[in-house]
Amino acid sequence: MTKQVQQLDRVIIRFAGDSGDGMQLTGDRFTAETAEFGNDISTLPNFPAEIRAPAGTLPGVSSFQLHFADHDILTPGDAPNVLVAMNPAALKANLADLPRGADIIANTDEFTKRNLQKVGYADNPLEDGSLDEWRLHKVPLTSMTVQALEGSGLSKKDAERAKNMFALGLLSWLYHRPTEATIKFLEQKFAKKPDIAKANIAAFQAGWNFGETTESFSVSYEIKPAKLESGVYRNISGNVALAYGLIAASKQSGLPLFLGSYPITPASDILHELSKHKRFGVRTFQAEDEIAGVGAALGASFGGALGVTTTSGPGVALKAETVGLAVATELPLIIVDVQRAGPSTGMPTKTEQTDLLMAMFGRNGESPLPIVAPASPSDCFDAAIEAARLATKYRTPVMLLSDGYLANGSEPWRLPNVADLPDLRVEFATETNDESGFQPFKRDPETLARPWAVPGTEGLEHRIGGLEKSDGAGNISYDPANHDLMVRLRQAKIDGIAKDIPPLAVDDPTGDARVLVLGWGSTYGPIAAAVRRVRAAGGKVAQAHLRHLNPLPANTGEVLKAYDRVLLPEINLGQLSLLLRARFLVDIIGYNKVRGLPFKAEELAGVIQEVIDSE
Amino acid sequence: MSEFKALSLVPKAEAKQTLKDFKSDQEVRWCPGCGDYAILAAVQSFLPELGLRRENIVFVSGIGCSSRFPYYMNTYGFHSIHGRAPAIATGLAASRPDLSVWVVTGDGDALSIGGNHLIHALRRNVNLNILLFNNRIYGLTKGQYSPTSEIGKITKSTPMGSLDKPFNPISLAVGAEATFVARTIDSDRKHLQSVLREAAAHQGTSLVEIYQNCNIFNDNAFEPLKDPDTRGEVTVPLVHGQPIVFGAEGSKAVRRAPGGGVEVVPTASIAPEEILVHDARNPDPSLAFALSRLDEPAFEHVPIGIFRQIERPSYDSLMAAQLDEAVAAKGEGDLGELLMSGDTWRIG
Repeated sequence: MTKQVQQLDRVIIRFAGDSGDGMQLTGDRFTAETAEFGNDISTLPNFPAEIRAPAGTLPGVSSFQLHFADHDILTPGDAPNVLVAMNPAALKANLADLPRGADIIANTDEFTKRNLQKVGYADNPLEDGSLDEWRLHKVPLTSMTVQALEGSGLSKKDAERAKNMFALGLLSWLYHRPTEATIKFLEQKFAKKPDIAKANIAAFQAGWNFGETTESFSVSYEIKPAKLESGVYRNISGNVALAYGLIAASKQSGLPLFLGSYPITPASDILHELSKHKRFGVRTFQAEDEIAGVGAALGASFGGALGVTTTSGPGVALKAETVGLAVATELPLIIVDVQRAGPSTGMPTKTEQTDLLMAMFGRNGESPLPIVAPASPSDCFDAAIEAARLATKYRTPVMLLSDGYLANGSEPWRLPNVADLPDLRVEFATETNDESGFQPFKRDPETLARPWAVPGTEGLEHRIGGLEKSDGAGNISYDPANHDLMVRLRQAKIDGIAKDIPPLAVDDPTGDARVLVLGWGSTYGPIAAAVRRVRAAGGKVAQAHLRHLNPLPANTGEVLKAYDRVLLPEINLGQLSLLLRARFLVDIIGYNKVRGLPFKAEELAGVIQEVIDSE
Repeated sequence: MSEFKALSLVPKAEAKQTLKDFKSDQEVRWCPGCGDYAILAAVQSFLPELGLRRENIVFVSGIGCSSRFPYYMNTYGFHSIHGRAPAIATGLAASRPDLSVWVVTGDGDALSIGGNHLIHALRRNVNLNILLFNNRIYGLTKGQYSPTSEIGKITKSTPMGSLDKPFNPISLAVGAEATFVARTIDSDRKHLQSVLREAAAHQGTSLVEIYQNCNIFNDNAFEPLKDPDTRGEVTVPLVHGQPIVFGAEGSKAVRRAPGGGVEVVPTASIAPEEILVHDARNPDPSLAFALSRLDEPAFEHVPIGIFRQIERPSYDSLMAAQLDEAVAAKGEGDLGELLMSGDTWRIG
């Protein structure tokens, strides 16, 4: 049977199943195959905080969405074209996101009476006609996997566990993906359990062969490789890119990296990644709590290391007092906040941009610090280097605001040339800076940074602490005028960084847009995708994206005032809007949703168009 | 003191040092008569003995009266925040094996707000010396009861007496399986310095509880140990390898009690071989724990000296060894290679 091959320019697939079904692994492998093939990609994993929620229930559904195309793309896609539903819960949890006409590949074996009841289906949706408006492919994935593995010596239960690889094989066939790397991957992953490796490979191949022979799929699809900028690429998630950025910053500064951290979702992967790289002199310290994590990092900074702590919102709350100590002692420190849904424990695996005001103001006293936010998973690499640059040059704690979407999402990354990375070399103080002796708070007139004199440096013995210090000498001081001066000096030091960061760039191809859409952090992709849509439909809109949230680029006010209307989408209730309105007295039109999910491009395109039309 | 393994990586001073070398230019501002003065003087006059370069010594403290200590030392110093000194010192000591790191803390700082960091520093065994000034009261906040105050303590916050049972810092440290645990007293400089010497020599975390008199809010808290009329009957000196006897002409002795603890009995009432010989090097902490319970109820018999002094690799040395091992196995990290790791592909 010759099957028809259809050309597509882009596809969005969502793999969904029970959290024990291996959907994240399936998605990762499909991503790797797709990257190797040369499509542009963007991915979005979505999983529950529970490691194994009760099997077959709605809270236990884990999914992985992948958008790939023959052109460059900016988001994991709004709505899937294909849903792989490994059980009724996966179908029920995801159907609402699926446009009519999309493909559903359902594992019929799991649509048992009991599983249907668990999620409140009175009748089997695969049989009752309720899915008539979609293209339903009924595939007994589990039983075919077990059948394919007959004679492998594996128990039925073990054989069933390979069903995700059967699904991967089927999808790989459907979209003409290269398979060698997956086979190699499985061999390596199960190197110590060769029978499991063999079974997974057999299931994967069986899935491919099924696609080729079954009548359930009459068409397969080709998506040509994307024309991307030339270079060497790899797929990378935000957390790994961030870890690599910290290692690069350590190399470029010549400062040994010290990470003090306490495990917390969704930041733990940075700790895991850095722990692998001891060859780079990276010390990772899993502390007894969040406070000890940042404390140890600050202690290491005092000793001349690049001190870093990684956490999420609840951890930032606990670290606040120590971050304040870093502000007062003017020591370099990087605090990575991988934001998640709050308040309190909130929704640990869901994304949000709700820690901006905490990063700005969440400490006692006047305690300003720089804030940097990456715009995409691969941008976490550059943002980490930038955070290190500011921390070491200005002797200040820096807040790096990633989020769950960036942390776990992935995209192809054109690898930078190591020789082109910025020089971050730091000069420690080596000799006394005043006739009266060493003055630890005598500032550089340009940057207002104080000297960094590390223990072990002869003649520069000094004491620092959280008590207010006299300007210059740094001795304890309760003098009112001195305190006022020190408060202003610390603020001026951070404000002065505005001279040392790029101006806010505006993308306005026609040059006569009257509406500006502004963003920060992970909303870059959806906003840029939405702007493209609006422009494609003839709308005029300018776009700007803030990477430095404190201080803001020097021209920010000018940019805001140059447009009739400024639209600012945020995954919070308007935190940056609040700051901009207060600072520049301009009106900002906020678009705010706090659903734990990234914005959709289509939705934002509609919002932008509405603002344009209301002109 | 090159024989101190714990300090083998810390550079030595070329010239002979004196107490004056360790005095900073800051005016000492504890209350007149505070026990902290005696401890400061003892530390300043002891440090020259170590012969370390002054710039390689760091004092880290938390918050409280005792935590002002670093300001008065002409070394590097970090006066940090309440309870967190062990955490900050851990990061410093773990990344800088060429430093001699000292933590100065109090009973509130170490055992109340910073209790978690203290026990984890002790179990981790980072190369630190923790000096816990125990005056059994909150001084800097003006006289509330502390986690080492005796039950029924009348203070501003407990006008009808405190209700909670105090921590015994030695029992706590031994329970956390600290590798070095000692107790000394502010007024006995000779003993204090002998304990500091052993603590400095110890590789790993040493915890030294120093009974320190707060003459403003809890005066004479340790009087039975200081009054010439009583101290001989109350103080139980612990010396490794020596039978534990005390009192006038060694009239009292410590022996194992039925039920696993230890007890004080008249020396004459037991056979000499029944007298407990102090073994600070015993890897099993049970006996050290039992000795720490000897002063319950408080101040009848108070052991002074080194309870426990065992060898266990320090966290910082193990951490450094892992880094060396990783480099030895695969060479120093190469950034370009790291970025290229995993599946890569070329376009154009």
